[in-house]
Amino acid sequence: MLNNLMAWIEQRLPLMDAMNKHAAQYPAPKNFNFWYVFGILASVVLVNQLLTGVWLTMNYEPSGEGAFASVEYIMRDVDYGWLLRYMHSTGASAFFIVVYMHMFRGMMYGSYQKPRELLWLFGMLIFLVLMAEAFMGYLLPWGNMSYWGAQVIISIFGAIPVIGDDLTLWIRGDYVISGATLNRFFALHVIALPLVLVVLVFLHILALHEVGSNNPDGTSIKKPKGSVPPEEQSKFTFHEQYTKKYDIVDAIPFHPYYTVKDLVAVVIFLIGFCWVMFFAPEGGGYFMEAPNFEPANGLKTPEHIAPVWYFGPFYTILRIIPDKLLGAVGMFGAIVALFLLPWFDRGTVKSLRFRCTAHTVNLVQFAICFIVLGALGTLPATPLNNMIGIVASFGYFGFFVALWIYSKNEKTKPVPERVTGK
Amino acid sequence: MSNAPVNNGRRRFLTAATSVVGGVGVVGVAVPFIGSWNPSARAKAAGAPVEVNVSKIEPGQLIRAEWRGKPVYVVRRTDETLSSLSAHDGQLKDPNSEVPQQPVYATNEFRSIKPEFLVALGVCTHLGCAPTHHKGDFEQHVAGVKNGFFCPCHGSKFDMAGRVFQSVPAPTNLMVPEHSFPTEDTLLIGVSGGEA
Repeated sequence: MLNNLMAWIEQRLPLMDAMNKHAAQYPAPKNFNFWYVFGILASVVLVNQLLTGVWLTMNYEPSGEGAFASVEYIMRDVDYGWLLRYMHSTGASAFFIVVYMHMFRGMMYGSYQKPRELLWLFGMLIFLVLMAEAFMGYLLPWGNMSYWGAQVIISIFGAIPVIGDDLTLWIRGDYVISGATLNRFFALHVIALPLVLVVLVFLHILALHEVGSNNPDGTSIKKPKGSVPPEEQSKFTFHEQYTKKYDIVDAIPFHPYYTVKDLVAVVIFLIGFCWVMFFAPEGGGYFMEAPNFEPANGLKTPEHIAPVWYFGPFYTILRIIPDKLLGAVGMFGAIVALFLLPWFDRGTVKSLRFRCTAHTVNLVQFAICFIVLGALGTLPATPLNNMIGIVASFGYFGFFVALWIYSKNEKTKPVPERVTGK
Repeated sequence: MSNAPVNNGRRRFLTAATSVVGGVGVVGVAVPFIGSWNPSARAKAAGAPVEVNVSKIEPGQLIRAEWRGKPVYVVRRTDETLSSLSAHDGQLKDPNSEVPQQPVYATNEFRSIKPEFLVALGVCTHLGCAPTHHKGDFEQHVAGVKNGFFCPCHGSKFDMAGRVFQSVPAPTNLMVPEHSFPTEDTLLIGVSGGEA
């Protein structure tokens, strides 16, 4: 009976086939390490944000007069409202933690290189939408840091020559940030951008499954058809989409092998997540900033306007350049450089395990500079901090320049034919 | 299909023509979506320029106007005040108004269009309190300077051109909003000359 129903559906919409293609018979390299859990963790956080977000809108009031009070109402009077809000606010920071880790994994193992450039571009678009989403979401509590943070970020667009002032007016919909701005940010935050985000995530996964997952060795698990004797091929059944063109080696099906492994990661992640959510939901003033506990006030600038921690690196680059326009160019340039990473890297060896020592050094200095820039973004702009910021910015952009230079004639180690490890 | 006679030229023309008409349609449809982001009539009314009659202001007097929810100070400065302005340049953070806290046409030694009239937002550049106008008794705050503004919140001091003194928390001079004098006696706050 049930089998008949399944067959009936399958003939009309091949659901089981799609499940097999993308999970139960998807060949994943068998040598994934812990760096490969962050994609799944990002999906978990995305679901958390969508679900808690929908529930928050049930009590939130998007208006200049009512927003701040409605958030307090959610926190104090709505049953479990505080929990839903903390899930959402902690989720925002968690999102960026796992996404930054996910991106760094891609940089270490060359997952952006040919043939995965489009996969990387979709990932970067997701990152961009995520930043827009986080920025607009941060205005919604209508606290004083929400207000002034938005003021600073929107005024960046004012740096654009000729159209700048009109553009900021158009974005705000008023001469100052007001209820009009709040309402449009609300609409974008809860409807437009989440739709775009979900579509991009879908495309990101489709593009991944088309070219196949990379692995810490950066070797290919897809060998030309007929080149591998049957006894050396992977023993598992994979979808014919993959086997009709290639011989698959060193692979295991994504489900159940990696779903179970990822489940362990999800549990460990959720333990940390819950700890923050229950014991430190303000993240020591970094996840929720102190001035945001008073309502937005256009006449009272907080003493020190700092973005939320995850914008820190880009904010620092904006701030250390004394010219407003060049600062904005520098900030967006930092993101554009990441977009173009597949073309800055002219090398053919993917994983840092087999690349030159200079590459490892470069990658480490990049990571350090990124963290330093992030830390500076939350600190006041003192002359010393600015000096450090300039050095770290050179490190950030220098990564790309250096990579472009040494990757041309790089002295690499021999890359093994098959993945190393068990 | 493949056997049917195909006129490729006609097919290309029809595809191109349809695309162009469709493209025009998309642009047309985009107009209301983009246009709705402009400030609404209500926002425009609330942000409209404010007219002030300056003929009745006594020399040395300050009047307050409200523009976009913020207080605007309009002061008719006496010749004595104007001539004393340059005397304390050395005590100021930005005596030459290099920070763009004023429109280009007010970037001069008096930070105004007509030397006589100072037009500045009564909003301290530190944390947005309203500085108080000290007429004749400012020497208690800065020795040798008779008139000025003192912010009661955190002690920032400004002179009669709205320029900030050194060693106070306010980082920049008081903001001079866009303004113009359409006639001899009327001041229009919020619009530069030539635009109104």
